[in-house]
Amino acid sequence: MAQPNELTDTSRLLTPADEIPISRFRLVASRVIESWPAKISLAILVLVVICSLVPGLVAPRDPFAQDLSLRLVPPAWSERGVPGYWLGTDQLGRDTLSRIIEGTRITVLVSLFAVSVSGLVGVAAGLAAGFYGGKTDAIILRLIDIQLAFPLILLVIAVVAVVGPSLTNLIIVMGLSGWPRFARVVRGSVLTVRHLEFVDAARSIGASRVRIMSQHILPNIMSAIIVYASFEIARMILLEATLSFLGLGVQPPTPTWGGMISDGRKYISQSWAISLIPGVAIALVILAFNVLGDSLRDALDPQLDERL
Amino acid sequence: MGAYIARRLLLTIPVLVGILVITFLLTRLSGDPTDLMLPPNATDEAREAFRIVHGLDQPLWTQFVRFAGNAVVGDFGASLRFGQPAMTLVLERLPATAELAAATMALALLLGIPAGVVAAVWRGTSTDVSIRLVTLLGQAVPSFFLGVVAIIVFAVWLRWLPTGGRGSLGQLVLPAATLAFNLVALIARVTRSCMLDVLKQDYVRTARAKGVSETKVVWLHALRNAFIPVLTVIGLQVGLLLGGVVVTETIFSWPGVGRLAIQAIYARDFPVVQAVVFVFAVIFVAVNLIVDLLYAVLDPRISYR
Repeated sequence: MAQPNELTDTSRLLTPADEIPISRFRLVASRVIESWPAKISLAILVLVVICSLVPGLVAPRDPFAQDLSLRLVPPAWSERGVPGYWLGTDQLGRDTLSRIIEGTRITVLVSLFAVSVSGLVGVAAGLAAGFYGGKTDAIILRLIDIQLAFPLILLVIAVVAVVGPSLTNLIIVMGLSGWPRFARVVRGSVLTVRHLEFVDAARSIGASRVRIMSQHILPNIMSAIIVYASFEIARMILLEATLSFLGLGVQPPTPTWGGMISDGRKYISQSWAISLIPGVAIALVILAFNVLGDSLRDALDPQLDERL
Repeated sequence: MGAYIARRLLLTIPVLVGILVITFLLTRLSGDPTDLMLPPNATDEAREAFRIVHGLDQPLWTQFVRFAGNAVVGDFGASLRFGQPAMTLVLERLPATAELAAATMALALLLGIPAGVVAAVWRGTSTDVSIRLVTLLGQAVPSFFLGVVAIIVFAVWLRWLPTGGRGSLGQLVLPAATLAFNLVALIARVTRSCMLDVLKQDYVRTARAKGVSETKVVWLHALRNAFIPVLTVIGLQVGLLLGGVVVTETIFSWPGVGRLAIQAIYARDFPVVQAVVFVFAVIFVAVNLIVDLLYAVLDPRISYR
């Protein structure tokens, strides 16, 4: 009967740190929100998500209700402001704050779903390119080059103009516009882990290629994917705002931040606030995603390229 | 070197074919191109005649070969709105766009590279922090919004600069500055991180040990080496620049290719849209080819197989 001895007793190999189980999630989460900018960013994003989920509960007024006697009211801190209309009203007398809050729905919906689409396609393509190599890799790389050769905004504008600016079309077109960069990041990460021992080990016990990719490689490159996705969400918010600004986003009366800036442009000389406020909202949310993306990268994997 | 250039040129062929395919498919996405090309009240006879003239009754493959053959010689058909050849319209407006893009790039490099170098050299100081803050902002503020704000402040309130148009230097300032803002941020960010890498290298220490002045070490020895990744980013950002041109030209009524593209899209003038998309894609591919070849000049270590 085998007695535990010094060589087989694995408990001795444990280091003190291992004895205090801290979940990886909590460790990462605490490191991500270490700095003040990251805390503020997280707060902004939580607020935006709440607004997008239950805009009716957060908004002080009906974002669609027009009151022509209260057109182009400046924000409440201005002398001509009207109490109760904190950020003023637009050219139809609709409450700007309520419309900003209602506008988070489109921002969040389009950017999250578009990133999911580009993430799904991009991760699949990047995994295949990096793992199989050879011809598969060459073909996927060429496809990436071809799509990246088009100025993204122009291509998306042109496609949306042809297929029509519905919510679904926007998500699909924007999502498909983003897959090449995703694929490139994933391919690069796969190449760095493909030849590590754990992949060889999985292969030696007869794991299928799909299993190796999904169960062994994917979890190890997840950090890179999450970090990249956070930057990509910011990019999609910007793209959606640009499309709405050009009149090719979700159509009125649904409020969109980009559309509000565009509407406000016509009334700049009477009220600068209706253009300025949605712009500040866009910049804040994008800033928040970029700051959180930076701290996520630092927390998950300091080795990741800062230029990612 | 010659073999490398030849191989690099060969690699652009599939990309150019892909560009043709996407440009071609653009008008086929909605199903029937006659819906896009003809007014909605066109008669059935007119539609049928249009189909036959443009070969739309042929198989898709034949249509593509015909389209590609014409596109290679710059023939995208006549603009539906102006009646002139689409390519002529694009080429007429190209100098205006080139002027804006060149001014933007010059501004972005002149501000972005020194900012990045200074932030790297004075790492951790308040100068570094403020430069990084500005670059963060530069990446977050949409350029179209910046354009609107610039018009409010400098054209409407202060009345220093005109709100749009092209001709005088004053009219170039706002669109170029607006468009450059995001690029400055990006170039400064990349320059900073590359300089931080380079300043740690042995050859920088050697140069310092030899008694080379700190100014020369930073701006000659280090920057030359840090410039290569920066150059790659600049090449890739030409795509962003061309996209930004579309929006900025629209805001500032700059009579370039980007504004033409937006007007063509609103007017559903698809031959012009196709010509713009094609020309922009070819410019992007050409610029990145030049960037790749420039590496050889800047970095003798890169081997060319």
